[in-house]
Amino acid sequence: MTVYDFYLFDRNGNCLYYAEWNRRKQPGISKDEEFKLMYGMIFSIKSFINRISPKDVQDGFLNFRTSKYKLHFYETPSGLKLVMNTDLNVGNVRDVLQHVFSSLYVEHVVKNPLTELGETITSELFRSKMDEYVRGLPFFAPKAS
Amino acid sequence: MSRQAARTGDPRKVNGELFTLTYGALVAQLMKDYENDDEVNKQLEKMGYNIGVRIIEDFLARANSGRCNDFRDVADVISKVAFKMYLGITPVVSNWSPAGDEFSLLLENNPLTDFVELPEGHDSLNYSNILCGVLKGALEMIQMDVDVKFVQDHLKGDNITEVRLKFIKRLEDAVPVGED
Repeated sequence: MTVYDFYLFDRNGNCLYYAEWNRRKQPGISKDEEFKLMYGMIFSIKSFINRISPKDVQDGFLNFRTSKYKLHFYETPSGLKLVMNTDLNVGNVRDVLQHVFSSLYVEHVVKNPLTELGETITSELFRSKMDEYVRGLPFFAPKAS
Repeated sequence: MSRQAARTGDPRKVNGELFTLTYGALVAQLMKDYENDDEVNKQLEKMGYNIGVRIIEDFLARANSGRCNDFRDVADVISKVAFKMYLGITPVVSNWSPAGDEFSLLLENNPLTDFVELPEGHDSLNYSNILCGVLKGALEMIQMDVDVKFVQDHLKGDNITEVRLKFIKRLEDAVPVGED
């Protein structure tokens, strides 16, 4: 089991933070384009799910999987969007994404008066805490191959 | 509170008097700088707004309260959870408009004004106007456009301090470029 990458978008669709771990294949487009693609897809899936649902939507979009990877999504009421790609064996990571929001983003970004909200996170502290946290996750273990 | 007590307690908490006096010093300095009540109100609201857009994230991270279904839920959460968490008070929610889009928060004792007496000639100063800004900023971040203002203030001789919140509209999610 492993984690491939992680995206953090603000409410306006700016990518605040990106990190990758065991991502072997690069998409061949610029990072900016990739972020735009990712945000656009998240946005569309969300609105698709809200429209197509036969009942009132409760949790909305949580994750989807293909034959190769699983994408997990978590959105806070303030519109912050967290996306994590993992391999297929990883279960529900809602708690993990919630922890990233409440204990890493809020503590190290929101409470730092020098960071402008809505701009790319440059904080080394956040970067290293994030890396440490993800590497410490029980399902983070690079494949042997 | 002694230093030691402060250290053993919740690190997020500060002495209440220090907080009240710091806020007082801030308002007094603004009065000196702007020499105009309305301008000070505006500055306080702006500061509050900047606090609000950040405090909401902290609130969401800590409170973990579920989704609010209507404005009444919002009022309850503001008074019973948010005010309790940050100011240690629980304002009374009352004076609902018939349409349910407007209500008042009645503050019986406002910790910001503990040692305060307004000097004469400052009838239009809303001493605690920062609260309006905080509420507005925080609610805006969760897709609610709300008008917040003081209608009564204990400092001005009214019996109670009353903050009025009026729901204007729900803000929509930002649409990414190239989609509608």
